[in-house]
Amino acid sequence: MDSRVQISRPGDVADQSLAISVRNVTQRFGHAGSPQSVLALDNVSLDVRRGEFVCLLGPSGCGKSTLLNIVGGLVAPTEGEVSVGGSVVRGAPLPHEVAFVFQESTLFPWYTIIENFRIALKFQGVASAERDARAMAALDAVGMAGFAEHYPPQLSVGMRQRVNMARGICVGTDILLMDEPFAALDEQTRMVLGEDLSILLAKTGKTIVFVTHSLAEAVFLSDRIAVMTARPGRIKTIVDVNEPHPRSPDFMLEPRFSELRNALYAMLRDEIRLAMAAQRDPQAKGGDSGGEPS
Amino acid sequence: MSRSTTFSARLIQLGFIAVFGAAWYWSTTTGSVSKLFLPEPAAVWLAFSRLVTTGQFWSAVRVTLATIAQAYVIALVAGILAGYLVSRSRFLTDVLEPIIAGLFTIPITLFFPMFILFFGIGTGSKIAYGATYAFFPIALNTIASFANVEAHFLRAARSMGASRWDTFRHVLVPSALPVLLNGMRIGFFICFAAVLGGETLSSVAGVGRNIALAAELMEPARMYAWIAFVVLTAITLNLLLSSFEARASAKGGGAWQ
Repeated sequence: MDSRVQISRPGDVADQSLAISVRNVTQRFGHAGSPQSVLALDNVSLDVRRGEFVCLLGPSGCGKSTLLNIVGGLVAPTEGEVSVGGSVVRGAPLPHEVAFVFQESTLFPWYTIIENFRIALKFQGVASAERDARAMAALDAVGMAGFAEHYPPQLSVGMRQRVNMARGICVGTDILLMDEPFAALDEQTRMVLGEDLSILLAKTGKTIVFVTHSLAEAVFLSDRIAVMTARPGRIKTIVDVNEPHPRSPDFMLEPRFSELRNALYAMLRDEIRLAMAAQRDPQAKGGDSGGEPS
Repeated sequence: MSRSTTFSARLIQLGFIAVFGAAWYWSTTTGSVSKLFLPEPAAVWLAFSRLVTTGQFWSAVRVTLATIAQAYVIALVAGILAGYLVSRSRFLTDVLEPIIAGLFTIPITLFFPMFILFFGIGTGSKIAYGATYAFFPIALNTIASFANVEAHFLRAARSMGASRWDTFRHVLVPSALPVLLNGMRIGFFICFAAVLGGETLSSVAGVGRNIALAAELMEPARMYAWIAFVVLTAITLNLLLSSFEARASAKGGGAWQ
């Protein structure tokens, strides 16, 4: 492995600066021992510092999204403990501390853009007098104020995702959990939105956990990348990316960028093959007896 | 649909009506169809204009409309309530949806004599019959509309801290609305047809009863005048409900469907 690829271990981080702490989380779907039982996550531990951008990178079905849902309180873990900002999370969302950003298709198509923001703020418990000002400020920040009265299907996918990110930001939480938000976008739009996100991170100091398949996206955006194994998901290694935010597209042209990207690919290649083999033959792996990934 | 397609579609629809009218006129004036089976348009028009001036006409219309309204309200409340409750459980949906869909394929007309036995020959039997018939499409569409709300909308709402009531009002209902409204419209016309059919089969009052009576008394012009009235009413109601449905769906972001 290249000497410039730095690897840190989970649990390195001093406690007071922690935004998220995941301790020995195991997630099993279905009853243990039954043939349908799936071990999605196996003893995962991960710390995220305040203001840090952490990517969860791994093959399809490795439990990245499950881990994100557990951190956000949408799913209760079978075993282990998660705490966010000091409070324990167990299957109940914390809408004041954590906001999710999913794919753009989660904008409610029956509401206009501004109504989507109002409803998000209403769900979070913001007083109705405050909602419009905050919604417009968030739309202004992403340059979409002119589209407040449009319905989501009237906008392009890229514009929708810009709005969707703004919706996640306008609720004002310190932590953003992003579940493959750019997966439906084309490469170019993806890169532009990635830049926007990096600028935003530098401006707001939010803590972000980001699930992705894309190696380039992970390197471009992250402070640290948690590389996961094929199912059952474990954290294989954590890779540091030492580059301050906001990052410019020039970062992608640096040799360091491709070195990191190639190193990540080398780590993932075996896992991707294992994940594909498991898809071809679900009995061989993924079940309770799922063997050790080699 | 583009503007020009709409225009040519309308033109063809009008042409269809014109051809139908011309065929009616031609077949009756040349005497190729007996006047006893199909009177000429002028005779029907005369009977119609006489009919609408009688008090008997309006009292029959009132009886029928009141029967339809009552049957429809019962079907709506029962259908939407049952459909919603079934849709809340994946298990209940899997078990009951095929049963309701299966029952809907049985011609409920076969049980019409039972409705007369249970509810008498008055409006009660027609209300029960119309409500029973309309219950099925309304319940089925309600199940389909609520059971198929996209999981990612529900997950997003949950992550934002939405309460159960918030989720119902701002996610479930708007998402279900287009399919739900469609079911309500189908249910209405099934109710309309069932009540008129029931009146024609066996009753003491109402539009259907008068159609059957005119046929029995060999007054074809009068019978067709009644039928023409029913057809016009059905067309008017369909236009009204369709435009209401389109407007309600558009307001709920119908463009996304």
